[in-house]
Amino acid sequence: MRDNAFIALASLCFVGGAAIAYAAEMEPASVTIDNFSFNQASLTVKAGTRVTWTNRDDIPHTVVDADDPKAMKSPPLDTGEHFEHTFVKPGTFHYFCSLHPHMQGTVVVQ
Amino acid sequence: MTQGQDHDTSGPNRRQLLECMVWAGAGLLWTVSGGVPTSKLIGGALAAESSSFSFLQISDSHIGFNKDPNTDTPGTLREAIALVDKQRGGASLLIHTGDVSQLSKDAQFDTADQIIREAKLPTHYVPGEHDLLIDDGKGFFERFTPGAPRGWYSFDDHGVHFIALNNVQDLKAGGLGNLGPDQLEWLKRDVAGLAASTPIVVFAHIPLWTVSQDWGWGTQDGEQALSYLRRFGSVTVLNGHIHQIMQKVEGTLAFHTARSTAFPQPAPGSAASPGPIKDLAPGKLRTVLGVAKISRVQNATSLAIVDTPLVG
Repeated sequence: MRDNAFIALASLCFVGGAAIAYAAEMEPASVTIDNFSFNQASLTVKAGTRVTWTNRDDIPHTVVDADDPKAMKSPPLDTGEHFEHTFVKPGTFHYFCSLHPHMQGTVVVQ
Repeated sequence: MTQGQDHDTSGPNRRQLLECMVWAGAGLLWTVSGGVPTSKLIGGALAAESSSFSFLQISDSHIGFNKDPNTDTPGTLREAIALVDKQRGGASLLIHTGDVSQLSKDAQFDTADQIIREAKLPTHYVPGEHDLLIDDGKGFFERFTPGAPRGWYSFDDHGVHFIALNNVQDLKAGGLGNLGPDQLEWLKRDVAGLAASTPIVVFAHIPLWTVSQDWGWGTQDGEQALSYLRRFGSVTVLNGHIHQIMQKVEGTLAFHTARSTAFPQPAPGSAASPGPIKDLAPGKLRTVLGVAKISRVQNATSLAIVDTPLVG
């Protein structure tokens, strides 16, 4: 009984460790915001990739999930500020700037 | 409340076209009638022409913005308020059509509030998208639209019915400005009991008409709001957001956008983005910032709008 519990715990640790190692291997991706647009309007990444958005405009922008409920919502990003989000699950994620909603982008997670 | 009301005897079929007069700093009078602008040189006297009722508009003060072309937005707001004071005459009130702040910070709101109070005029605000970045705009609404926690409200002054709208909240991906069903329903009820001869002034941050689809300069459901107002003989729609003067007349509806007190933005499509015009010639900034004065001229159904730059 006691041994089984130990093995189960050990297995969990192993799985968790593998997941962390897997995430660390992913090449981080980045999107810059220039001239009121996301410069890579469509970005394809592997699951576990951390994506960073950096605002290079003189006007604040946000990065917000286009769908409800919102899985991703950045604070306002002033000039030079950045926001990170790690995409764990595969799928297609649409996002936009909630101040300037004509600014849109997509992240495809494989 | 009743001043001037009895002068308007024109029925809905014989309404005079609203004339919209814009006095640029050089003394050029633009009269737009039926959508066709004409111009003639005038003296400065027009601005001081006696009228039964007037108010002033400022917009887009963006307190917290401190880059080119304006590193002192509190300073230019102060100059705008000094100009308001100079022009006020018998003005009843002041409206601010949003983007009071750059980043919705309480200190930014407070700086703007203190400066604008120096005008000593009752001031009515609507939010811009820059004002609702924290806690869904709670700080803005508590300070600037007390009694209207969602930022829309109406009031009457000198027989004119003023309608303040919030078209910057809960915007949808790919969309424009948005009023939403709750606000539209409120608007419909708000104007339902009014006589068609009541002059209407609507103010909101983003233009209610589409200035530029590509730059998001318009309001998705603006047309529905306007459909509730088309029966009125005189409707003046005042907006900000685009940091430049634009106007349009459509039947009895006159649309006008005000200059910013902070920085100018390019004409639609004339630049890579709607961001601030940064490369202004030295000394040019104050010629493209300013305030607007809106007056009702006695014995006319029209409201006259005079835009004055801070300098020029």
